[in-house]
Amino acid sequence: MISSWSPKLLDVEGQVLDVVRAPHPVLAAEGASVDPLDPFVIQLAADLVATMRVSPGCVGLAAPQVGVAAQMFSLDVSDHPKTRTCHGVFVLCNAVVLEASRNEKAREGCMSVPDFTGDVKRATRLTVRGVLPGTTDPVTITTDAFEARALQHEIDHCNGKLFLDRVAGAHAVYPRKNYQ
Amino acid sequence: MSQLAVTVIGPDRPGIIADVTGALVGTGVNLEDSTMTLLRGHFAMMIVCAGPIDEVEAALEPLQGELVITVRAMGPEHEHAPIGAPYMLSVHGADRPGIVAAVTRMIAAAGGTITDLATRLSGGLYVLTAEVELPPSAELEMLDRALEITAEELGVGVTLRPAESDDL
Repeated sequence: MISSWSPKLLDVEGQVLDVVRAPHPVLAAEGASVDPLDPFVIQLAADLVATMRVSPGCVGLAAPQVGVAAQMFSLDVSDHPKTRTCHGVFVLCNAVVLEASRNEKAREGCMSVPDFTGDVKRATRLTVRGVLPGTTDPVTITTDAFEARALQHEIDHCNGKLFLDRVAGAHAVYPRKNYQ
Repeated sequence: MSQLAVTVIGPDRPGIIADVTGALVGTGVNLEDSTMTLLRGHFAMMIVCAGPIDEVEAALEPLQGELVITVRAMGPEHEHAPIGAPYMLSVHGADRPGIVAAVTRMIAAAGGTITDLATRLSGGLYVLTAEVELPPSAELEMLDRALEITAEELGVGVTLRPAESDDL
């Protein structure tokens, strides 16, 4: 069950990894599916959570963002004000979207594209299936609002796509504003 | 009264739009379509308006200097009739010369037209986003393949997808 899952169950210490930035080729690569019981995958799961934790504002991190073209990502939207349904912190392997509906446009950023944000239409009702690392049974997650957006953003990463591939118009990419 | 194209470019500062449009108000000009943005920090604006060219030039003359302002008479208004379905084109990758030329050449070769385009460079990352219309005769699969090959040669990623519009 996803609600009872915790990174502690991985039983390994997560290492903080470097986050790669576009135009690094790994961000454009189709991620390979992974074996959720593979010790490398379990370590990477812990590393993704550890790296996400130390990155301010980061609500999700996909394996390609730490240089590994693999179908897995960590997510935790618990503290985000736009979150409604929330499944806490989790890592998901080989995730696929089963159902997606009610598209809404909102502005997104990405640690791998630090200088830009962009308006992207995403489903706000979403059902996703994947496997938690260290387990074998698929879990189905049905969610909405910001968690749905974050899941789609991370699943895109696993398939070599960035939010830049989905922006809603010619003028829907914005230089990130850093007030001085 | 002829339609005029006014371009304004120069170092950015607060108040440029207020100054330019304020000067135009006195000439009885009616602003029609306009666009303004910052291009690598430079103020850049284009205005299409209807008015007397001599008066417009005279009104804007005091602003010339730091700002480079041009005023040109245009032909009659050109109504853009869509040539086909709208698409969104996204290109991103390591910066190098020739990305825009190569990708837009593929769109043109398929009979497509670009109705809006923006590019941004930040660090080593080059991003192009464009709205494209493709005629019904365009062979989408061939265009996708051509874009894929071009993207591979340039070392960039290209996405072409139907533009959604929700009529309410």
